[in-house]
Order: sequence, then structure tokens, then C-alpha cells
Amino acid sequence: MTLEPLKSEIEANVPGCRLEIVANPSPSAQHSLLIDSEHALAVAAYLHDAAHLCFDYCSNVTGIDWPAREISEKVKVKKLVDGPEGSAVEQEVEEVRKTQTIGHLEAVYHLYSMEKKHGPVILRMRTEDRADRVHLPSLTPIWRSADFQEREIFDLYGIVFDGHPDLRRILMWDGFVDHPMRRDYVEPDDYEYEPTAHDEVLRKAMQHHSETA
Amino acid sequence: MDEALKIELGKQGIFATSLQELYNWGRKSSIWPLNFGLACCAIEMIATTMARYDLARFGAEVFRPSPRQADLMIVAGTITKKMAPQVVRLYNQMPEPKYVISMGACAISGGPFKQGYNVLKGIDRYIPVDIYIPGCPPRPEALIEGFMALQKKIDEQPLTGSSRPRHLKADEPSEFIVPQFGAHDLEPSQNPTVWHAPLVNISIAGKDDTGTA
Amino acid sequence: MTTSTAFPATSNITLTPSPDGGDSQLLEVSMGPQHPSTHGVFRMDVALDGERVVKLKPIFGYLHRNHEKIAEDETYLGSMPYTDRLDYFCSITNNWAYALAVETLAGIQVPERAEYLRIITGELTRLQNHACLVGFLMQDMGASGTPLMYAFREREKILDLFEALTGARMMCNYMRFGGCRVDLPAGWLQQAQQVVEAFPRFLDEYESLLVSNEILMARTQGVGVLSKELAINAGITGPMLRACGVNYDLRKVDKYGIYDRFSFRVPLGEHGDVYDRYMIRLLEMRESIKILEQAMRDLPEGPITDPKTKIRGFRPKPGEAYGRIEAPKGELGFYLISDGSPNPYRYRVRPPSLINLTVLEDMCLGQNVADVVIILGSVDIVMGEVDR
Repeated sequence: MTLEPLKSEIEANVPGCRLEIVANPSPSAQHSLLIDSEHALAVAAYLHDAAHLCFDYCSNVTGIDWPAREISEKVKVKKLVDGPEGSAVEQEVEEVRKTQTIGHLEAVYHLYSMEKKHGPVILRMRTEDRADRVHLPSLTPIWRSADFQEREIFDLYGIVFDGHPDLRRILMWDGFVDHPMRRDYVEPDDYEYEPTAHDEVLRKAMQHHSETA
Repeated sequence: MDEALKIELGKQGIFATSLQELYNWGRKSSIWPLNFGLACCAIEMIATTMARYDLARFGAEVFRPSPRQADLMIVAGTITKKMAPQVVRLYNQMPEPKYVISMGACAISGGPFKQGYNVLKGIDRYIPVDIYIPGCPPRPEALIEGFMALQKKIDEQPLTGSSRPRHLKADEPSEFIVPQFGAHDLEPSQNPTVWHAPLVNISIAGKDDTGTA
Repeated sequence: MTTSTAFPATSNITLTPSPDGGDSQLLEVSMGPQHPSTHGVFRMDVALDGERVVKLKPIFGYLHRNHEKIAEDETYLGSMPYTDRLDYFCSITNNWAYALAVETLAGIQVPERAEYLRIITGELTRLQNHACLVGFLMQDMGASGTPLMYAFREREKILDLFEALTGARMMCNYMRFGGCRVDLPAGWLQQAQQVVEAFPRFLDEYESLLVSNEILMARTQGVGVLSKELAINAGITGPMLRACGVNYDLRKVDKYGIYDRFSFRVPLGEHGDVYDRYMIRLLEMRESIKILEQAMRDLPEGPITDPKTKIRGFRPKPGEAYGRIEAPKGELGFYLISDGSPNPYRYRVRPPSLINLTVLEDMCLGQNVADVVIILGSVDIVMGEVDR
């Protein structure tokens, strides 16, 4: 299923939605559609209800953590450079510009159609940051199969799905406060005995060893 | 009593034994395990009770579903931190004399999932274990071997003296502390009366070329 | 000296007053995580009005082994033994789904002999999984152990084959990216053909136990009915979906591997109750035997891995892929995101057992509490897959 005509069709039928095609450079060629949070439910409802599309089966809902990182890119900038005989000359110079991305969390939906036997159409939704603006609309009212999977993303990543019928932790216990699948999660320090310890395990073991010795 | 005399009497139909032998023979020949399987090792445990590797001929005739009626808890599979309080509670509910077999790498020390944030690195952190059976999963023959080792251990337990088993000593605890769910980890993370971190000379193992402690 | 911390009340049954203050009281029972039915560490909080189920909330996580987090630290191939331990009954189909996802991600081709070997071992796995499931279901209904012994007898024969081929009974670790790990030893094919030839007789024996058994029919017909629309919307896949009458079998839809070369039918149910799910699995076993006979007859010679695949330093190009197969329990999918390094950036398992449990409450409402265990058994869950 090519995405370009699908994108135009959705934009025509769901006014105001902002879609973007995220290309997939690997040989699998499974490109995805980035949808915005305000119109996500409307886009999903259109994909579900349109007779020729009929995406009635949401197969997989995944959470992904993209932490903040530094992007350095080479930019050509006009700068004043010292020229000959002390005068200042404007010249084009290549400069390395570093920007810091905020980092965000992402939810990816894989949609198929059991009726028409086509697919997959991959939808992506991104949160604004990883700290407190982590709300996304829940697509459980459209596809019930997203129920447990969105709860799992809430549990392990911390994305809050607005509109979910029963959003609570599913895999960890209720009193747990961390979101373990995030990339910056630090495990509780636990002494692990290994006969040939090395790297991290050795460092932790030596810490415990010096405490007990 | 003299061995030769015993055999001579036995041929006449008179059997002579000691109370300790009789007591231990009765206990070791009818160990009833608790019906308690956690993960993949549980399937090998079920296969051990099936027709090909019949465990019932060693006395484990019925697997009791209730801990109040069981003698042996075969901890088969990974114990997660969410499950650990229930395992300890089940152990506490078993009446004395009770034994624990730690089956599989996960129950011994966390196994292949040792790095997990939700994995308890061995059930011997909270309850005393009698027999360890390594393997991932151990073959049914290995479980039978472990069972026979437990029978041998029971056979050698004296009725009197300082090395008599726990259930014959009035002041030994038979119930152990149940861990609670904390915000990041179980509290306490191990039971210091049961588990002692192996004090291996780790600093040598890390620093010079000998490799082993 | 006993410790006193947080020793719970000996019974975990609480009585809550009904909201309208009437005479009826709801009984809340916590079934699990240790219970006599052998479905692993699964807990259900059931609220009962007498014997009828009013509310049911499943609770998972007791076997959450952090497979996805560990996979971010392992190489791609290093995660292959962990996939064995997902659905620990069917390790070979788990391996296959993961290998398929990585091959989709990196664009690796699989030689023909390897495809045939994959189908042979995959369908043998399906056979033993369905046989054991029917055995476990009978055990839940009270036939304590005997039908399970028959099923395990057949399973042991198939596990002998796996052990001769891969070296392990359960955790086979057989698939590699671009093919299979080892080739068939001498005499394996003849032994497998003997097992497959003897299987229909076992199936006939089993069916004669089931089909005319009054207790079974009374306890399973009309119990745990699932409607077609709810099944599709809730993402149910596998035999549970086909028991509702939806014709969606990934072997026919996606035609992954070389399944389009084999002729087999897809059995469909009508009512979507426990009895249909039972019968679907028996019929699927017969179709698997057909596939096995064809595959073993047509097995070609050739290499078993793609010689161009790198094993050391395997770094797929950045990108992502979702690969899925028809595992015995449903659609098992792997979603991988690669950032060009030897470890995956994101490794996600789409577990059929977890998604199939979405409708457990809907199926159990209004049923007796004794039926809850049977309905749970017919969903066919393995906790290693639900919790990962």
C-alpha cells in the first residue's frame, strides 16, 4: 500500500489534520505516517470506517523512547574574517552547529485489514517531550486491541493515553514509580555474584565487597 | 546391631531397624510436591510426571495444589520481583518438614534473565534451598537425579543431636520474612539470615591476569 | 520465632457490600497466581454474584522477565535464545518469527531447503502444541491427567526429533538469519515420517474421547461465546479467531516462507465457543499433517543458510521492520528498529497470548466460575509470552 495517495485521501477527508510520511531507509520499505495528536482519533476513525480501506485490525502498538541528543551539522555561514592588511572581509565559512533536541516518546500502531487482507499501514504519534507533556490520545475506542498494549506503554514508558478506559500499570506492581524501558532508567543496585566478574558487575561487586569487608 | 545378624534375621522374616531409619525411610519415600510451576522449567517438570519419565515411582505420587498439604516446593522457573512475595508466602504456608528444590538456572541465580529489572536473582535470597538443579531447562532425568539427591539428604538426617533437621529444633524459624513492594525494588532486597553474599576475593579477580579468585 | 511483617489474612476472599445496599453481596475471589490449572502465573480478580461472574480483571506481570530491555543490550543473534523462552512450548516458531523480522529488516534471502526445513519443524511444533493444549483443557475439566498423558506421549516423540536435530528438547534455538542452524542428521527424515504417519491414529483416538463425550459437550458448547466483530476489533488472532468464523490465517494471507506451495485448508468455526476452539485445533492438526507429508516428500537438496549473510559483526542498515508469522497461538510479530549498530535500538514482541486475553472478561461475564478456568484454557496462553 503506497502512502502518498493514502495521505492525500486522509487529508481530504479529515480536515485540519497534519500528516507527514516518515521514510524507512531499510530494505523492508515499511514507511509510516506521522499523525498529530489533535486529529489522531479522527484519522483512525476514517481508516477504520472507510469502506475501501477497512482497517479493522490493529495488530501491534509499540512505545519508543528517543532521548535528547545533540545533533551537529555543518552549516555554511557568512562571517567576518580577517583579510589581508588588517581589513575585515566577509567570507563563507563552514561551521559546525550543535543543536540539542528535546527528546520525545513515540507510539507506533501497525494496522491491517482482515476484511480486505491488505496492510500494513503504520501510524506514529509523538509526545512533545519526555518530562511532563507526555499525553497522547488513546486509540482504544477505535481498536480494542490497543487496550492492554497502551497500558503496557504507560507502565514501561510513561506515555499517558487520554481517553483510555482503564489506564493503570499492567506488568509492574502498582507502587512502582519508574518507567523501566526508558533509556535513562537506572536499575536498583543489587549485588550479583559472578565467578569471573568484569565491567559493570565487577565495579558493583567491588563496591559491596569494600562495604562488607 | 551387627549387619550379618540383620541379614540372617531378615531371611527368617524378622526385620530389625532403628527408629531413625524407619522415620527417614517413610519421609523420603512419600515426598509430595506442591503444584507450583512458574515458567519453562515447569513444562519439564510436567514432562517428568508424565508416562515416560515417571516421577510417581519415586514417591511423588500426587502434586498437591494446596501448600498446606505439600512437603516439597519445586521452584521451577524465573522468579520475578512481582512474584517473590507470593513464593515466600507459599513457603510459609507449608507445614514442617518442608524442602525446596531450586530447578533451573533462573531459580538458582536469575539465569539468562539476570540483568532484568524485575528478575529476582535466585530464590535462595528469601528462603532456604536444599537442592539446586542447574540447566535451562534441566532434562527430566536431571530433575529425577535432584529428587533422588533430596531423598538421600533426608535419609541422612539424624533424629537427635546438633545436626538434626530444622523441624526438630524448637527455636528455628520455619517462616521467613515476606518482601514488600517498594517504589523501586523489593524491600528488603534479600533476607540476610538466609542469603549470604559469597565473599570471593573479587579485587584479585579484577586486577591481575589470573582471572579467577 | 515467626516474623510478623505483613502476613496476610489466610483467606483472600473479601465480601463487599453491594452498592444499592441490598441483600446480595458480591464475592471477590482472587484466582491465582498459584492455582491447580497449569497455565502459569496468571491472576484473575473475579467478582461473583453467587456463582455467576460479574466482573473479571486479569493481572499480569508475574513473569515479566524484561526480554525487550535485555535485547537492547544484546546483539541481534544474541537475542535468538531468548526468543525460545517466550512461548516456551513452541520455541521453533518463535525463532522463525524473529528470523523473519530480521530478514525483512536487512533484506536477506533464505535458500529453498531452509524454507522446507522451517516448515517441517514449524508444523511439528504446531502439532505438539495443539495436542498438549487439548490435553491441558481436558485436565482443567477434571479428567485429571490421563488425556494429558496421551498428548505428552506424542509430544515426547516430537521432542526426540527436535533433540536429534537441534540438540535440545525445548529450547531449540534453531533458526538463523538467512536459514537454519544445522542440517538434518542421517535417518531423521525417516523417523519424522514414521511419527507423522502414526499421528492420525492418535488423533482418531483423541477425537473418539472428545467428540461423543457428553460431559465435554455439555461443559463447552455455548460457553465463552465470542462474536466475530468483537474478535476482529480486539485483535484476536489464531485458532481463537478462526473459531468465530473469520478466515484470517497468516499462512494464507501473508504467504510467508513457501506456504503457497502447499495445499491445505483453513478450518473455520461457527459459534465461537469453547467447543469450536477445541475442534478447530483438532482439525488444524490434521491440516498440519497434510503439510508435513507434502514438505517431507518434496524436500530439495541445497544449502541451509544464505552464504552471503554476515554472522560476525551483523549490522543491518538503519530502519525498521515488522515481521509476523502464524504461530500456534496466533499472530506472533517482532518489531525491530535498527540504528546501524550491532544491537537493536528497539525490540518489540507482539504477543498473541496477551492480545487474546483482551476479551477474557467479555467471554466470562454471566458464566459460572467453574467455566472461567475452561474459557481461560481455550484461549491458550503461555505466560512467558504474555509477560515477556
